Amino acid sequence: MKDALGSPQLRSANRFSGGINRTVAPWRANTVPYISILFGSLVPILILAPTMPLLPPLGFMMLLGWRIMRPGFLPLWVGVPLGAFDDLFSGQPFGSAILLWSVCMIALEIIETRFPWRGFWQDWFTAGLALVAYILAAMVVSGATLTSHLLFAAIPQIILAILLYPLAARVIAWLDRYRLARARRVE
Amino acid sequence: MAPPSSRRSSGFSKRAQYSVFTGYVLAALGALLGLALLALSLWQPPALAPLRGGANDVVAPIGEGTATVRSTSNGVWQTVSAFWYAGRQNAALREEVEIARIRLEEAASVAQENERLKSLVALSESEIEPVAVARLIGSTSTSSRRFAYVGKGRNDGIEIGMPVRSPRGVVGRVLEVARNSARILLLTDTESVLPVRRSTDETVAFAEGRGDGLLRIRLINLGLNPLQIGDVFVTSGAGGFYRPGVAVAVLSELTPDGGIARLVADPSATDFVSIEPIYEERALDAALVSSETTLEDAENAN
Repeated sequence: MKDALGSPQLRSANRFSGGINRTVAPWRANTVPYISILFGSLVPILILAPTMPLLPPLGFMMLLGWRIMRPGFLPLWVGVPLGAFDDLFSGQPFGSAILLWSVCMIALEIIETRFPWRGFWQDWFTAGLALVAYILAAMVVSGATLTSHLLFAAIPQIILAILLYPLAARVIAWLDRYRLARARRVE
Repeated sequence: MAPPSSRRSSGFSKRAQYSVFTGYVLAALGALLGLALLALSLWQPPALAPLRGGANDVVAPIGEGTATVRSTSNGVWQTVSAFWYAGRQNAALREEVEIARIRLEEAASVAQENERLKSLVALSESEIEPVAVARLIGSTSTSSRRFAYVGKGRNDGIEIGMPVRSPRGVVGRVLEVARNSARILLLTDTESVLPVRRSTDETVAFAEGRGDGLLRIRLINLGLNPLQIGDVFVTSGAGGFYRPGVAVAVLSELTPDGGIARLVADPSATDFVSIEPIYEERALDAALVSSETTLEDAENAN
């Protein structure tokens, strides 16, 4: 039954929902962030980049975004299972994402204790720093011979990663509205 | 504005404090686990390969789909750009065809002579049958390592070490094999080293990946650098794996110990790659006999 009392605001969480007499679907609310991070880990393997790294680490960007925009949703140890999944497809030696994602979660938790109130620009700054550190650290542990050429080849990827963070943040905000939409009918 | 904090200040609640502490401990243990696994996989790269292989087997069908889309969209783009340049290209092509017809006549005579000389030395043309022909279904586009994947694996007879080539030239070699997918070490990876020689003479060198899409040509015999920009390098066949005479790279820049070269076969432009059997140099049996015994003795012993 579709009722006429749906929210007039198109951008609210009600956009995805059926109006009154509905509540948040717990299954959806708890899985969407994880699915989006796993999807982010999986997508880059389908792109052919034979000359140099092109795409930013999408899985890590989704993790960062969810962690920064929804603090407290992801448990602190979540870098282990999600990182292990990322390692299966990223081409890095197995264990690199487990290590780096866990360290990143701890670092973000400490930053959060230090600066509990933040704005978007501050978040972007934090995410940018984390992305640069992650890409460089991943390069160091990748098992490749480290040369200046390798570093130069990573610069476009780093810049792209930093510039794409606001877009990732919008995507995550959209997913968050979808996640918390009142979709389940109250019996 | 972000919500205040994930912890909502644990305050005096012992339970909340413990759960925060447990979170830190678990995350730190996770990081340590990651470090241990990382050390293991850097020390023994094949140790965790089955895990990766299984995962790639699952993803391979999706990759086949996107690879098909990729090659189709490449085709569309090429059609559009060809239409744009049609007029100018037509004149240039006409001129080129005239020259090519002359060259073709010359080539025909050379081919005939070649045939005759081969029959003289009783050399039969042996075309190598590829083990499998497959699409490149994906690559590690976020990592600084350069790997690609194909959607065929052990079930199709692919083994570790087999060379992978496109119609233009060498692409790389098989590094890991799973049931239905294989991981290829591309020439551009920093860990890839390939013995090559200049196509026109016997100047031998190593072609090493630089990690940024170019190859570094390092001459084995150091001294005066005989290379020139535009030199084509082909596989030398030394050490096995790659059969000799397949195009690898074109020199684009000179350095004191060799040069910087561009790939001949850009993997992103190739539709299909063929995986060929491992090339083994036929060693002379006589070389295996130690110098203390004569060849006659060795033959009698067999």
